[in-house]
Amino acid sequence: MKVPMSARRVKDIMASKIMLVLTLAAVALIFFMVAGLYFKSRPILASQPLSELFFSSRWRPFRGEFGFLSFIMGTVWVTGVAVLIAVPLCLLTSIYLSEYANSKVREWVKPLIDILAGIPSVVFGVWGMLVVVPFIKDVVAPFAGVFSTGYSILAGGIVLAIMIFPVIIHVSLEIFRAVPQEVREASLAVGATRWQTIKHVVMRKALPGVAAAVVLGISRAFGETMAVLMVVGNVAKIPHSVLDPAYPLPALIANNYGEMMSIPLYDSALMLAALILLLVVLLFNALSKMILIRVQRSIR
Amino acid sequence: MDYQTHISVQNLNVHYGNQQVLKNITLNIPDRKITAIIGPSGCGKTTLLKSFNRLIDSVEGVKISGRVLVDDENILDPKTEVTHIRKKMGLLLQKPYPLPMSIYDNVAYGPRIHGIKNKKRLDEIVERFLKKASLWDEVKERINQPASMLSVGQQQRLCLARGLAVEPEIILGDEPTSALDPQSSQRIEQTFVELKQDYTIVIVTHILRQARRMADYVVFLYLGELIEHGPAWDIFNHPKQALTREYIKGLIS
Ligand SMILES: Nc1ncnc2c1ncn2[C@@H]1O[C@H](COP(=O)(O)OP(=O)(O)OP(=O)(O)O)[C@@H](O)[C@H]1O
Ligand SMILES: [Mg+2]
Repeated sequence: MKVPMSARRVKDIMASKIMLVLTLAAVALIFFMVAGLYFKSRPILASQPLSELFFSSRWRPFRGEFGFLSFIMGTVWVTGVAVLIAVPLCLLTSIYLSEYANSKVREWVKPLIDILAGIPSVVFGVWGMLVVVPFIKDVVAPFAGVFSTGYSILAGGIVLAIMIFPVIIHVSLEIFRAVPQEVREASLAVGATRWQTIKHVVMRKALPGVAAAVVLGISRAFGETMAVLMVVGNVAKIPHSVLDPAYPLPALIANNYGEMMSIPLYDSALMLAALILLLVVLLFNALSKMILIRVQRSIR
Repeated sequence: MDYQTHISVQNLNVHYGNQQVLKNITLNIPDRKITAIIGPSGCGKTTLLKSFNRLIDSVEGVKISGRVLVDDENILDPKTEVTHIRKKMGLLLQKPYPLPMSIYDNVAYGPRIHGIKNKKRLDEIVERFLKKASLWDEVKERINQPASMLSVGQQQRLCLARGLAVEPEIILGDEPTSALDPQSSQRIEQTFVELKQDYTIVIVTHILRQARRMADYVVFLYLGELIEHGPAWDIFNHPKQALTREYIKGLIS
């Protein structure tokens, strides 16, 4: 007996088809963005060799010289400082939450940390200008015996570190919780202390996953614009210390796009900067996802 | 005073939250024998075993009262330092959980924790206890490979060697053969029988035939209560309690 398709089933099929299309559209979007940026940056890629673009720090748009090195170094320094600050703090936090805190504390703190991820980055920027920048100017720089306006890589790094806390803590906490309780018991049972167990067993088992969490954090840090731009000083020079100002790539794009467009090749240069950012972030994201998938398979 | 066994349990009560899991257990575990804890699922066998080395400490919301004497020391006393208690007991779990390191490092883990650094001594210890767990011949060529590459049965023997390497007097096993194939189970059983000359062994098992094969002494738990305990032969042939009789006949499980 042939049953006519019920409205229920039609809806079901349509829903799944629509979702499929939307998913494909999202994937296609990334592809089109990469293609579009590449297309737009072709003029600058044609005008000078890659080595000149990436390894020269001469940034004189009026003379047609576009050396990205200062900006690349600015991004690397700020990201590096942020990671150096964030990783130990996040590790200790997630170890505490996973291994020492009872489940009540854990269930309370987890959402609070995730809320941190939802705060608009301008807010972090303002906080950085009001608190971090003066602190560096009045305390850190005199202590180090140098002059600084406070607008520096360190300021950017601190603000950025706080912004990537949630993702690193969240992911590494999940990894630590995925380590089976029995593995801990096996270590405790031979007379190891809790800390020895964490150090020799839990951490070792969780290491690749934690690495993935950090890579994910880095990729967040890499592209973060607003908050960093507000505190980092934006001076296009290769920095030599964390108290120097810097000019990261995202800030370059945000500050200049739409303003200096009369200069030939300028918009193409900015598109190239955007392309670099996008590719690096995609790469790091893919890398961390790959590690995470492998970890989840192997941890049990 | 009469003779005190290695492990002596006196009026032990354990609660998880509001649920009482062990009810007033009093029991002496005989030395240098194999004691089997039997009983239906959920009756508190694992809980009893883990209160011997205080691994239930890590369960949230657990409340314990009573005394567990190990060598005349009440290990439930909060002042008792727990790592040296645990060092006295090797533990085998239902499934083998090798530590994420090489075969060698697994066995050397405990001794290293307790301060042995001398490479030669560690080599010696590793070889001795892998032999004792009858694993040496199978792994001596690849002692530095990750422990996860061993078969499940080999892993369980590795875990035994890891437990033995801190020179405990007692071996605890929580259904140590339940994840193993019949042949590997048999090897573990054999090893246990060999080891009982030197160690006090307590195993949890839900396989009655295994208890019959191995046990010298049997403890029967039911819903958290100690129903009956005594020499294996008596329990299996002349159980005093009706419940024990029914369980042994396989009427309750
Ligand atoms: N972490 C825990 N939190 C709360 N209740 C628990 C916990 N672990 C065990 N229980 C409960 O305590 C009781 C005894 O558990 P236990 O694991 O000691 O039983 P068992 O005899 O070992 O069972 P099995 O033969 O299934 O392993 C069970 O009712 C169980 O549901
Ligand atoms: Mg159990």
